Amino acid sequence: MTPAWTWYVVILTVLNLGGCAWLLMGTAKRRSSDPKPDETGHVWDGNLTEFNKPLPRWWINLFIITIVFAVAYLVWFGVGELKGVGHWSSKSEWALDNAAEEARLDDTLKLYAGKPIDVLAQDPSAVSIGRTIFINRCAACHGSSGHGAVGFPDLTDDIWHWGGTPNRILDTIQNGRQAVMPAWADTLKAQGGPNAVDDTIAYVLSLSRPDQPKDAVERGEKMFATICVACHGAQGKGNQVVGAPDLTDSYWLYGSSMASLHKTLSEGRQGAMPAWKPVLGDTRTRLVGAYVWTLSPHRDPPPTGAVVAE
Amino acid sequence: MSHTHAKIEKNIGLMMILIAVAVSFGGLAEIVPLMFQAEAIKPLPGIKPYPALELAGRDIYVREGCYGCHSQMIRTLRFETERYGHYSLAGESVYDHPFQWGSKRTGPDLARVGLRGYSDDWHRAHLNDPRDVVPESNMPAYPWLAQAKLDGAEIAQHMRALKRIGDPYTDADIAGAPAAVAGKTELDAVVAYLQGLGTHVSQADMQVAEGAE
Repeated sequence: MTPAWTWYVVILTVLNLGGCAWLLMGTAKRRSSDPKPDETGHVWDGNLTEFNKPLPRWWINLFIITIVFAVAYLVWFGVGELKGVGHWSSKSEWALDNAAEEARLDDTLKLYAGKPIDVLAQDPSAVSIGRTIFINRCAACHGSSGHGAVGFPDLTDDIWHWGGTPNRILDTIQNGRQAVMPAWADTLKAQGGPNAVDDTIAYVLSLSRPDQPKDAVERGEKMFATICVACHGAQGKGNQVVGAPDLTDSYWLYGSSMASLHKTLSEGRQGAMPAWKPVLGDTRTRLVGAYVWTLSPHRDPPPTGAVVAE
Repeated sequence: MSHTHAKIEKNIGLMMILIAVAVSFGGLAEIVPLMFQAEAIKPLPGIKPYPALELAGRDIYVREGCYGCHSQMIRTLRFETERYGHYSLAGESVYDHPFQWGSKRTGPDLARVGLRGYSDDWHRAHLNDPRDVVPESNMPAYPWLAQAKLDGAEIAQHMRALKRIGDPYTDADIAGAPAAVAGKTELDAVVAYLQGLGTHVSQADMQVAEGAE
């Protein structure tokens, strides 16, 4: 606020306060010409009259207190560019509050600093903090129960596209992941004719559901062996280093409808997991990792034939 | 009958004038300076008029009434800055006509939603039907956004109007608007707008701006 506006506000405010005080004093004082205090001279309906009592003392005192309060308030908090004697600002109050809360947070978090997530997962208080972080930061995509959604992985099973070891899960949380399934439809069609996409889909589906048309599966297998094998492996078991999923199980991140599989091949899939370490810091990503670790049963090892990331 | 206030009580015209004078003190002190202050707010470094696609997204945001449930102003309170990021500064919304600050939060504040890490895919799925990704959500679905194409001429016109009230769009910005939104859907525009929110100004610039304020 410019000095001119500051003084504009100050002058108006002082005038206003002065006006209130003047009004109060002016009306509280009795003049000799005033009529007696017990009648106004107003008469209605022939016999209804009105008393004119002076303002009660307690009321006048309250009014004086409000004026004193207003002056004290302005002196303490300031007006415009004129800083008050209390040096208060919403920013400084936030800074104090923030510093206090950060210190409390540090006290809480230092107990868990640097520990692996499977160790933290044994500690109920760590898991409980991890859960609140999960609800705030992760649930929008992975769901409040961790069951995921179409395009966002289920965390409650033993399927880990990017690897399910404690270190690997923590790495995924801290540094994020960027899936890189390219759009293959044009390449497939160029190499295997107009039905190449359908053939490839038939082969991929046959890995988990054997009842696919036989000749299409055979044609698709050739396509798979020249292109898809690079990431998904010769048996389609996947590669955790690049996040290529196992295609032989029953879990389909984007669903297994023909429409979805066609979309995957014609447009590719670039699912993205954000990097959380810059936002949450090291310890909080470990705590949320501990919670994620408790969601999975850890019964089944990665499929044999998959490239496993440690 | 010589009370001085009797004159005021018995002359309604005089009383109206005096009431207006008494009431206007508050407005003169609190509202008038702000009208002139708004002109004086300088955009923070990085804050520029919205590019065509984001501007189109913003228009749709306003059209669909998103402000009815989402504010775009993070207050100077610890629990807000912890959840949403740095509190909002005046210099961030100089090119918002009208501003989307709001005070109604059925949904979360969106002032810095672009920094939250949601992918474009997530926003598309979420706008098409929020329950596809957040089963507990009570946000309405906006499936028509993906079907409707943007009108480049209309956006260019909007940019011209904004230029007239002082937003520094160049002629090249306006001429390029139809090409920038060609073939894009309303969904593309809203996603671009949301992904941009809060990302235009750096944290470092905000610290500097605060020192100066």
